This record gives sequence, C-alpha cells and structure tokens, in this order.
Amino acid sequence: MPSVKIPRKSTVVDMTPFVDVAFLILTFFIMATKFKPPEPVEVTTPSSVSSDALPESDAVMVTIDKEGKVYFTVFSEKDPGVLDHLMKSISDTKGLNLSNAEIVTFRKTPMVGVPFSQLKSFLQIPAEEQKNVKQPGIPIDSTGGELTYWIQASKKAFAGRRLKYLIKGDNDSKYPVFKSVIDALRRNEEFKYNLVTAPEDAPSGTELYKQRKGIK
Amino acid sequence: MASIEEGGDSGHKKGPGVKKAKKLSTRVDMTPMVDLGFLLITFFIFTTTMSSPTTMKLNMPKDTKKDEEQNKAKESGALTILLGKGNAIYYYEGQLEVTEGKNNFQTTSFKTIRDIIINKRKEVMKNHVHDESCQKIWAEHKGDKNSCLDRDFVVIIKPDKDATYKNTVDILDEMTINGVKRFAMVDILPQEEELIHKTEEAAGIK
Repeated sequence: MPSVKIPRKSTVVDMTPFVDVAFLILTFFIMATKFKPPEPVEVTTPSSVSSDALPESDAVMVTIDKEGKVYFTVFSEKDPGVLDHLMKSISDTKGLNLSNAEIVTFRKTPMVGVPFSQLKSFLQIPAEEQKNVKQPGIPIDSTGGELTYWIQASKKAFAGRRLKYLIKGDNDSKYPVFKSVIDALRRNEEFKYNLVTAPEDAPSGTELYKQRKGIK
Repeated sequence: MASIEEGGDSGHKKGPGVKKAKKLSTRVDMTPMVDLGFLLITFFIFTTTMSSPTTMKLNMPKDTKKDEEQNKAKESGALTILLGKGNAIYYYEGQLEVTEGKNNFQTTSFKTIRDIIINKRKEVMKNHVHDESCQKIWAEHKGDKNSCLDRDFVVIIKPDKDATYKNTVDILDEMTINGVKRFAMVDILPQEEELIHKTEEAAGIK
C-alpha cells in the first residue's frame, strides 16, 4: 500500500487583497480630508439643524471666544486687493501710518483681535507667527466699539459686492458680547447674519423632521 | 502559490559541471507595505474633519422709533422665553403677572421647552378667529391653512446677561425645529431680570 503523502501547507498568507483594501481606504481618506487652517483661537461652536453651507469668499467673520474676546476675519480669496484697500482706509482714517509691508502682511493674517492702537505693532509680526501671539480682542461695548468701524470699513472695501456676515461664537461665551456684536452690525444697517454652527439632525417627530421627510 | 518552493532536483539529471540556476521567487513580502498603509490610514482618520460647519441664518429687525412701524404682538398668542444662568429657561404666557395669588412666571429646561412651545401653538390655533385677512395670508403661503391659524403665535426670546451663546443658538434652533414663523429677540426688562435673579437665588444656581 503506497503511503499517502500529506502535502505540507505553507504558513505564508497571501497579503495582496489585504493591501488592496488598505490602500483603497487610504485613498478614500486622502480624498475626503480637508485640512483645517490653523486657528489662533479655539472655538467650539454650538450645533443647529440648519444645513446651509458656509460661504468661503466675500465674507467677514466675527469670532467670539470663551472669554468673550472678539476677533475679526475677512475672507476674500478671489481678490486679495480688497484686503489692501481695507487696511489702507483704516490706516488713513485712524492715522496709523501703516507701511506697505504691513498692509501686505494683513493679507495672510488669520485673525485680528487687537485695538487700532496696537494694530501697527501686530502687523509687524510675520503672518505665520501671529497665531502664537495672545491678542486682547477688539474693544467692544454696548454701542459696538471699534468693531463697528471694522465693519464699516469692510463694507466700503467690498463696495458693489454682496458681503456676508458670519458670527462664530463659542458655546460658553455670554450673550451680552453676542448682543454687542449684533449692535455693531446693526449700526451699519446690516440685519442679516449667518451664525456658524455644527450640523445636527432634526429631532424625530418634530415639525421640521416631518417637513424634511416629506410627511404631511 | 509561488512561495512553495520546488523541492529538490527531482527533474532531469544534469552533468557534474552544469551549475543549476537558482530559481528566485517573484514573491515580495507585503507585510511592511501593509504596516505603512495602515499607519497612513490611521493618520488620515485622525486628521479628517468629516462634517464641515454649517450656518444658521438670523435676521434682525431694523430699529424703528415710529410707533406704527412696530410689530404688535397679541397678548393671547405671545409666549415669552427668558434664558438664565446654568441652562435654565423661564417662561410666561401673555403679560407677565406676578402678584399675590397670581403668578405665571415658570421655570423649565431645554428638555421640556419644546412641548411648551408646541402646546402653546396648538392652543393659539384652537382659539383662532377667522377673518378676511386670512385669504391674503393663505395666498402668500400657497394655500397652507395653518399659515393663518397660527398667525397670532409669537415667541419672544429674552436672554439675560448670564445666558450663554449656546443657549441663544439652541433656542433659535428650537424655533426652526418647531416651525415657529414669528419670533423676536428682545432686550430683557429690569423687572424680569430681577425676577430671574430671585428665582436663581431660591434654586441655588450660581
């Protein structure tokens, strides 16, 4: 009787499909990733059921942080000239004597949170290092403070284009600061704002939920 | 599989001088590649921000000094929501009445405020009095009968100085969720502020 040879099984596993899957997932994440631009202040926004997208250009954003400090950002990706224009007009009217180099620095400034009196020294810092500087916030009071002027100047700089007003507040910031920001905007005859929020689903069973699902 | 080596030289015999060309395996060890792949996956998973922020529209009215331009709210249809310290909500229907034996100032929380809004709306719709102006409102809302029924329903939001921004956004969101068409954000009155203060003290909210 011939002895039956049991073939020795190799312990090596074929890794190819495994690699395939791994790289497929990798590709997906690379495609889906959108890097967040570095933010000088950390703000946790509240969530809302709203689903409107955030405008990326032609907008100004007022950020309120945890401590109630107010920062100002201008978005004008298509036309950076607007930013120069804005800085020039602020420099002229406030007598800040900003040099051309300082005005150009403002193009890359992520956020401004200093009073006009400190703006010149702030813009002397290179844009990349500005995020490491602790800013005192734009002075604001019940009548709007310096923020009113920032908005007024941006309105002029964006003349002829529709400017959107974004308000990004931190969960823990207090209402009076938000109210002052709105007052500053109202003083400039602006009554429509967009509040930056995190997305959230409509709670089931509510009016909005039925509307979205098409239930009458 | 390619990795299984051919055992021995079971094939044809070669002469003593003939060197056997060693067959190299074409197989590559994939393990480091997989390692690297998963390392990168982990990195991207951690850095990805999946949900991009959205925006919530907020329209404020223009300040008017003229009395005839002011929007009047019917007392029967008004619900005033006051936001206080520590996520607390206070509310009253119609006019604020805090006299002896009569008190419509109540305390609630974010969990129950939705029901209060819904119930008040239902009540307003039940007490609705039909008149000619309804035809016009229907026409504006493409014949939606509800549009006229709840026209008297107004929510007045008054955050006090201790209310957080989150509370404010949440209550505005509640308006969208419950389909409240008319709501206003108004400054708080000193009388109401005092009342909240007293309630907070009594409840021990710091």
